[in-house]
Amino acid sequence: MFNRFIKANGRHRTLEGWPFVFTALTALAILTGTVVEFAPLFLVDDSMTPPPEMAVWTPLEIAGRDLYIREGCNNCHSQMVRPFRQEIERYGDYSTAAETAYESPHLWGSKRTGPDLARVGGKYPHLWHVRHMEDPRSTSPGSIMPDYPWLLTRRMDHADLPARLRALRTVGLPYDDATIQNAAALAEAQAAEIAAEVVAQGGPDRLADKEITALVAYLQRLGTLTEPPPAEDDLEPHEIDETLETLTGTQPGEPPTTDEEILPLPPETPDRP
Amino acid sequence: MADLAPAATAPPRPRPALDVFRYDDAVVRLFVLATIGWGFVGMLVGALLALQLPFPEANLGPYLTFGRLRPLHTNAVIFAFAGNAIFAAIYYSTQRLCKARMFSDWMSRFHFWGWQAIIVAAAITLPLGITTSKEYAELEWPIDVAITVVWVVFAVNFFGTLWRRREKHMYVALWFYIATIVTVAVLHLGNSMAIPSGLWNSYPIYRGVQDALVQWWYGHNAVAFFLTTPFLGLMYYFLPKAAERPVFSYRLSIIHFWSLVFIYIWAGPHHLNYTAVPEWAATLGMVFSVMLWMPSWGGMINGLFTLRGAWHKLCESVVLKMFVIGITFYGMATFEGPMLSVKTVNALSHYTDWNIAHVHSGALGWNGFMTFGMIYWLVPRLWKRPLWSPRLANAHFWIGTIGILLYVLAMYTSGITQGLMWRAFDETGRLLYPDFMETLLQIRPMYWVRLIGGTMYLGGVVLLMVNVWQTLRHAPRDLSDPAVAVPAVSATPAKQIPVA
Repeated sequence: MFNRFIKANGRHRTLEGWPFVFTALTALAILTGTVVEFAPLFLVDDSMTPPPEMAVWTPLEIAGRDLYIREGCNNCHSQMVRPFRQEIERYGDYSTAAETAYESPHLWGSKRTGPDLARVGGKYPHLWHVRHMEDPRSTSPGSIMPDYPWLLTRRMDHADLPARLRALRTVGLPYDDATIQNAAALAEAQAAEIAAEVVAQGGPDRLADKEITALVAYLQRLGTLTEPPPAEDDLEPHEIDETLETLTGTQPGEPPTTDEEILPLPPETPDRP
Repeated sequence: MADLAPAATAPPRPRPALDVFRYDDAVVRLFVLATIGWGFVGMLVGALLALQLPFPEANLGPYLTFGRLRPLHTNAVIFAFAGNAIFAAIYYSTQRLCKARMFSDWMSRFHFWGWQAIIVAAAITLPLGITTSKEYAELEWPIDVAITVVWVVFAVNFFGTLWRRREKHMYVALWFYIATIVTVAVLHLGNSMAIPSGLWNSYPIYRGVQDALVQWWYGHNAVAFFLTTPFLGLMYYFLPKAAERPVFSYRLSIIHFWSLVFIYIWAGPHHLNYTAVPEWAATLGMVFSVMLWMPSWGGMINGLFTLRGAWHKLCESVVLKMFVIGITFYGMATFEGPMLSVKTVNALSHYTDWNIAHVHSGALGWNGFMTFGMIYWLVPRLWKRPLWSPRLANAHFWIGTIGILLYVLAMYTSGITQGLMWRAFDETGRLLYPDFMETLLQIRPMYWVRLIGGTMYLGGVVLLMVNVWQTLRHAPRDLSDPAVAVPAVSATPAKQIPVA
């Protein structure tokens, strides 16, 4: 029977004379797999339900996330720790579906030219990120990341934040009216806090209204949405001090001799359950 | 039904009346020139990216950093270079396979200029940082709308031509064009659904896991239906033409067409092995990816075996040489793809340069060389002038082939090296290379080798540009479309060798 279909003047030959039937059958062929793969996830799967205690990005973090997208960070950094021992040791606990529920778009990435960032929140002090963006080789000798000095000089414009949050609410992020209306003020308040901490860590002044602050806010939140909010307490106090000494150039003790002392390394064992 | 042309059921006449008409080759010439021009631009950006990786000082200012240029490179090469190439192939071969001029000259021009405008818009917005971040779909929503409009016009033009055809049966190349046009429309609409927050910003309606699955359903099938099916159609038309041999097997073409079209669409989730997508989805994607190996090789076999008894022609035909190396790379890449989708392999290869090697053996080997072969075959026919220098074309073949080999060998080395270093433990059970930087410094020399290989391949394109330019300079002024006379009724059954 199959042979009757494909032989030289078989049924398929007849089909070749009917372009519109042929097109319909092609469409059916490609829609079958599409429907079978998507239907469960869109209709019945509950992996998209965020845990009740899960936080949503603050307005400033959304602004930072959009900067992350603008600069194309996702082209070189993944945000998806796979459930392998070597990845958990290197980056932290593996990523779950629920904690990506507020990611529109997802930023999992497909290439690790640089390390994974899914759990980078709280790993380094704010000032480390500021220095790293300004000149990656100042904090990470040998890095091939581009410099992003303009992030420290360009003013962050929050004018369209309400529109952005409104669009995000439409796609399912739980923002209330008050947050949307006061988005700019909320963002500025959080930016002021971060900028003050940067100054306290010995960093440059006047970063509160610059793009870098939004990006730092976002990076420090990565991997922590399902936990009590950030983040600096992930580092032991002496680790912060050591890092800051390196960053600010004031080194009271012995000068560091190896990269390992300059670079605050990820915790060796994940401290999350 | 519209496709049952009344003529087809009319009683056969001994001497059918002749229809005289002209093919629209002017639009094919435009698409060929655009292919060459954008190919050069896209690959030049690729070479700059290849330089930026080992030499970060080559990241210039805010607009020309790696993160902003990488989507420009992928979009330019996929949608501008390969896109214009497949449009050239479709507009040239569809008219001949249907024995009909394109349905609408106006639509053909709208398609050409609309597509070029979209490319220009991409080249402006991506360096400005206007991007959705979704791979191979980075263009923001106003450009997505424009793509939809142009694609619909293209589809109407194409199906209108099918409707007006003078050949009863559709040759296999046309099947692949149909699959391309239908599926790209579905993929583009499905993946680009977004809520705008302004003119140049939007958020996808999908979140997290859903967004990832939709993205790789799109991303993988952009490879399938933008870089594979139209190029198989191209192969089925231009390879038998250049070899002057009928296609190896009609039955194989039926079996591999339908299995390819049915199976490809399932394979997307293999890009998400071991991520937070449900495991059943990733496993399903892996299983179908492995199944995909066979229909893919059906195409390779049908292509290579078409040359049975004609292999000696490779000695004198650079076109055939390029087709053979292109189809060979297709075979290697479609073996490698299923292999990479297997979870144990993917655990090592994912996130590394191995993927970069894989896509470039497909893009440079298969898409690139099929395109170049087609151009070297088309240019003398479209401009009515023999190719300026077959020897230069031969040099293009060799410099390009060696360039690809350098490129992919460097990336295999770097990908496997880094993948192994990331997972290495010492005897006490601690990471052997806890500092990511160590693994990067290890592979940095390979980035220089890749730059050399990529630059050689780009050099081959420069040779193509010189050759085409010199041919065009000596082309006759009168390039008016040739008049064709065909029987008003197709009296003979369609042959397996394209008739034109």
